[in-house]
Amino acid sequence: MEWETVIGLEVHVQLLTKSKLFSGSSTRFGAEPNTQACAVDIALPGVLPVMNKEAARMAVKFGLAVGATINRRSVFARKNYFYPDLPKGYQISQYELPVVQLGRLVIDVDGERKEIGITRAHLEEDAGKSLHEEFEGLTGIDLNRAGTPLLEIVSEPDMRSAREAVAYLKKLHVLVRYLGICDGNMQEGSFRCDANVSVRPKGQHAFGTRAELKNINSFRFVEKAIEYEIARQIDLIEGGGKVVQETRLYDSVRNETRSMRSKEEAHDYRYFPDPDLLPLQLEAGFIEETAKSLPELPDAKRERFVREYGLTAYDAEVLTGAHEMADYYEAAVGAAPGQSKLTANWVIGDLSGYLNRDNLEVAAAPVTADMLAGLIRRIADNTISGKIAKEIFEAMWGGEGDADAVIEKKGLRQITDGSAIERAIEDIMARNPKQLEQYRCGQEKLFGFFVGQVMKATQGKANPAQVNELLRKKLSGTPA
Amino acid sequence: MSLDRTDVERIAHLARLEVGEQELAAYAETLSRILGLIEQMNAVDTEGIAPMSHPLDAGMRFRADEVTETDQREVFQSIAPSAQAGLYLVPKVIE
Repeated sequence: MEWETVIGLEVHVQLLTKSKLFSGSSTRFGAEPNTQACAVDIALPGVLPVMNKEAARMAVKFGLAVGATINRRSVFARKNYFYPDLPKGYQISQYELPVVQLGRLVIDVDGERKEIGITRAHLEEDAGKSLHEEFEGLTGIDLNRAGTPLLEIVSEPDMRSAREAVAYLKKLHVLVRYLGICDGNMQEGSFRCDANVSVRPKGQHAFGTRAELKNINSFRFVEKAIEYEIARQIDLIEGGGKVVQETRLYDSVRNETRSMRSKEEAHDYRYFPDPDLLPLQLEAGFIEETAKSLPELPDAKRERFVREYGLTAYDAEVLTGAHEMADYYEAAVGAAPGQSKLTANWVIGDLSGYLNRDNLEVAAAPVTADMLAGLIRRIADNTISGKIAKEIFEAMWGGEGDADAVIEKKGLRQITDGSAIERAIEDIMARNPKQLEQYRCGQEKLFGFFVGQVMKATQGKANPAQVNELLRKKLSGTPA
Repeated sequence: MSLDRTDVERIAHLARLEVGEQELAAYAETLSRILGLIEQMNAVDTEGIAPMSHPLDAGMRFRADEVTETDQREVFQSIAPSAQAGLYLVPKVIE
């Protein structure tokens, strides 16, 4: 039988506010345990939550960016459950009336465009952390994270493969970083994903029973966990079994999903409107002002790069994958006018390669956009060849100054003096009579050998186009 | 709608309340009466009336995104039943 997969994702995006959703505690990551957990966060009696306006603004930003409806009035509800990292006994979340509803995100998979619906995005507070390892028979609780603002973004069950799910997740990741509402750090848990996965016979309209996958906090794990889960469900059904609705944890070491716990009673969250909080009402002016503050979004930027810089769709996609990279590129092109394609090659190639090698963010690159532009100007005006440029880039990366300084210091100026190149060629011809003879007898592939010899003799500084031209004349015996 | 003893047991468990055997019947009866009242309210025609999420007819007040709290861990942990290495300690919760 042919099966169809149905996937919906729930993504928890930690908002980049300085303070918590309902208290004035810091949200900074990595502090000593419980030093950023105030009376509100640890739920001492008598405290009251007061909403952080910036969190509302960030939620609205997201909603506007995915073309969603922004609810002028939304309501916070209590989601009740007992767990020690949730000291109030309930999580403040939004249930019936979320702040953002009905948006969409367009993904590209194998050149095909597809629109993925976003059901809703709601504001809620994060829980603390439980540490089960260090204390015999006890669990340690760190409430620094408790109360940190989250935007939970729920998609429609519109994805039909693990690859589509990853494409959607990546798109969302780029978007929240562009908007400046999340740092996107998956290791630190700032961007977390759960996947609802089910299968159904192809052509069937009704959904199959779904399993919820947790602990899939890298793009690779999302893909692998979903692939595994699809195979598990199909095997199960084809073997006469039934999929049960449950939460399953992904184990990346064994590459499998495991049933987490049966939730017979745990699932009754008894939501009700939080009497401590009045409805979240947003003025039209607040929404308009937020709309004006939106940056250029990834899709628009990508299209503009193709249009304005004449880049291929692929180059534009790579360059706009993170707004910092796109900004770097634009700064470099601005300082090396007319060299948009060459600049794109350098940013995508050498710059990205060095950044990866040294595990650096683009903002921390030792070669700034201005320095790269300086290098590109010297390639463009024939002062150096592309090959020498790589050497200069490495030197700039190592802190040896800008391109002009390195060129002077190392004497890397390209030889464009035709007579100097001719002398080198004549010398090489004299020292390699056998190869010259063979070449003249029709072994044209020896041309490469001569090019190599000339470049070697000039320490790579000869202008390659000139070398080719002069060499061709000299070797064929035509008088120059 | 009325609740029986099993319903009461389940609700008590969810709320982590200890309800004695002999109290179950009494709770079942009084809670059922509350539900009866709610049924009565449900019967009222509310077509066209916006649901009320809060008795006050007002919107939420906001605070600016500023860190205003300082570290008071020691004070808080001095009244905690158990704390160590900066962490609150509770009975092991993992299955």
